[in-house]
Amino acid sequence: MEEVRCWEPEYECMDREDLEQLQLERLQSTLTRVYRNVPFYRKKFDELGINPEDVTSLSDLRNLPFTTKDDLRENYPYGLFAVPLREVVRIHASSGTTGMSTVVGYTKNDIKTWSNLVARILTAGGVTKDDVVQIAFGYGLFTGGFGLHYGAERIGASVIPISSGNTRRQIKIMQDFKTTALVCTPSYALLIADTIHEMGVNVNSLSLKYGLFGAEPWSEGMRKEIEEKLKIIATDNYGLSEVMGPGVAGECLERNGLHINEDHFLVEVVDPETLEPVEPGEVGELVITTLTKEAFPVIRFRTRDLTRLITEPCACGRTSVRMSRVMGRTDDMLIIKGVNVFPSQIEAVLFEIEGTEPHYQIVIDRKGALDEVTVYVEVSESIFFDQMKKQREMIEYIKKRLAAELGISVDVKLVEKKTLERFEGKAKRVIDRRKL
Amino acid sequence: MLRVKNIDVFYGKIHAIRRVSLHVREGEIVALIGGNGAGKTTLLTTISGLVRSRNGVIEFRGKNISREKPDRIVRMGISHVPEGRLVFKPLTVEDNLLLGAYHRVSLFSSRGVEEDLEKVYSIFPVLRERRKQLAGTLSGGEQQMLAIGRALMSRPKLLLLDEPSMGLAPTIIREIFGYIVELRDTLGLTVLLVEQNAWSALKVADRGYVLETGRIVLQGPASDLLNNRDVQRAYLGRDLDAEVPID
Repeated sequence: MEEVRCWEPEYECMDREDLEQLQLERLQSTLTRVYRNVPFYRKKFDELGINPEDVTSLSDLRNLPFTTKDDLRENYPYGLFAVPLREVVRIHASSGTTGMSTVVGYTKNDIKTWSNLVARILTAGGVTKDDVVQIAFGYGLFTGGFGLHYGAERIGASVIPISSGNTRRQIKIMQDFKTTALVCTPSYALLIADTIHEMGVNVNSLSLKYGLFGAEPWSEGMRKEIEEKLKIIATDNYGLSEVMGPGVAGECLERNGLHINEDHFLVEVVDPETLEPVEPGEVGELVITTLTKEAFPVIRFRTRDLTRLITEPCACGRTSVRMSRVMGRTDDMLIIKGVNVFPSQIEAVLFEIEGTEPHYQIVIDRKGALDEVTVYVEVSESIFFDQMKKQREMIEYIKKRLAAELGISVDVKLVEKKTLERFEGKAKRVIDRRKL
Repeated sequence: MLRVKNIDVFYGKIHAIRRVSLHVREGEIVALIGGNGAGKTTLLTTISGLVRSRNGVIEFRGKNISREKPDRIVRMGISHVPEGRLVFKPLTVEDNLLLGAYHRVSLFSSRGVEEDLEKVYSIFPVLRERRKQLAGTLSGGEQQMLAIGRALMSRPKLLLLDEPSMGLAPTIIREIFGYIVELRDTLGLTVLLVEQNAWSALKVADRGYVLETGRIVLQGPASDLLNNRDVQRAYLGRDLDAEVPID
């Protein structure tokens, strides 16, 4: 095995007892600050008769209330900020959605911390200052692009902020700039791989060595495919904008679970139904409390991501607990082309359009490496039978509305009344044909 | 090296320290900053055993010392340099230093005390020059060096420093803080430093804690605290909103 490289070994390889002391100190001052500075938390704690000063151990965290995505939405845009806006130097919002987005802020120190944590993950994934890192994540409100960008710069790597899209150009730059590390979603990595093949480029002529992929769920099978097609070592990393963005956890070269940056994030795994902690090592919903965030701390945030914790020591030498790759969601959120989409958003748009019936189905498929979404909508007989022009207009109109709402383009097909399958009880509105 | 967990200290009904947790790792300089009456001195005196915490744990090198007597704590390797220096003014400089080793001196042996005296003199040459002088005749800066020198005479592993800059001129303050860094770098001492002069303290410290009305409200790397706007406003004397660029 090659020599273990850590960005901040004093924290990543910390003795458990020292780590827990640090976590407790940080948790206590975070609670003091949110209670003092965020009316939402103060009100919630007061209502439940919780005095944050009573938290004297990490397990006391269990007595505190959860924070959900709805709480974040209800406090749109700045309600949960723990510092005045003038101290915020960056604002991001959760990917894709417009009407339902959640807004997060960062102080100067938050950006510094974030860069360091992403630097840890890049280092764990093999990247050093000698690498040329091509960041094919979208730049913008989405935390992926900027998060990885700052982390890679922190390491001292040469960063190519190419952003996503224009795959042939990505490959041209990869060839000309001698890119050694690729950062994007796993599905985009596959598309790049297939395009390289289509263009007749010899993969061996590229300088690629490492790939760091995240922002959507993927599988071991996909990893194998990417590694073989691109001739790289591919690692998984995890993060979410509500908590910080990328940098929460990431795999080392052992590729056996994602090391959680536990000195900055306190994690729990709970049963999504009972909300009680699961047995150690069991699968449940990941709950995260931030320990160092200044502008946007969250207490017991329900990520809705299903995972399990791995406490066995890792061969890489890091002492942090690992999480398995995300196994699914506890809500109906879909991740399409890296964008978070809720079926309820699609339903809300259809509901407002005259002539549509309240029956629809969302079919997601993966063509090559890219996600494709088709929304089948039942329409009234009058529209379906005789008015071709009207039909076309309607399709265009629904497409436009959905694109505006979701931030991604979807295909729309109109179908005759009562052609979609009917369900007793819970309707199966989403058919996900993607094979991970 | 030092680990404090959930301690509360009361003076009668006054809750002076509220559920404070902090730690100091070997070889670190850690600054504890905060305004008047925040509880900084109380926290230090609790660690050195002069004040008792109502609950919680104070661990020094793996051993709970929260119920130990102060003299035991000194023997274990924690030395406290009190606020206002408190040197014995009618005694000579050398006698002051020897008092710092009182627990190691008996009629029969003075194990290595001479050697330690020599070490202190080599760190603070001005004390050697004034060894026969009465401590009361020293300047403020020299008295501070004497107080630190006295603390070193017990061969501490951890030095608790309470307001070393108090009442000193800026150049002297710089000199004293220079010595603190030197003690860590050359003797391998670990330092917990209480300061109202937050800027000087954070400049030399590795990490810091901000204490407000008995609670720790912020902690982190010293450079982060220097960047934190709350710290800047409250303790570094910078009113950012009032700052007007000069053309």
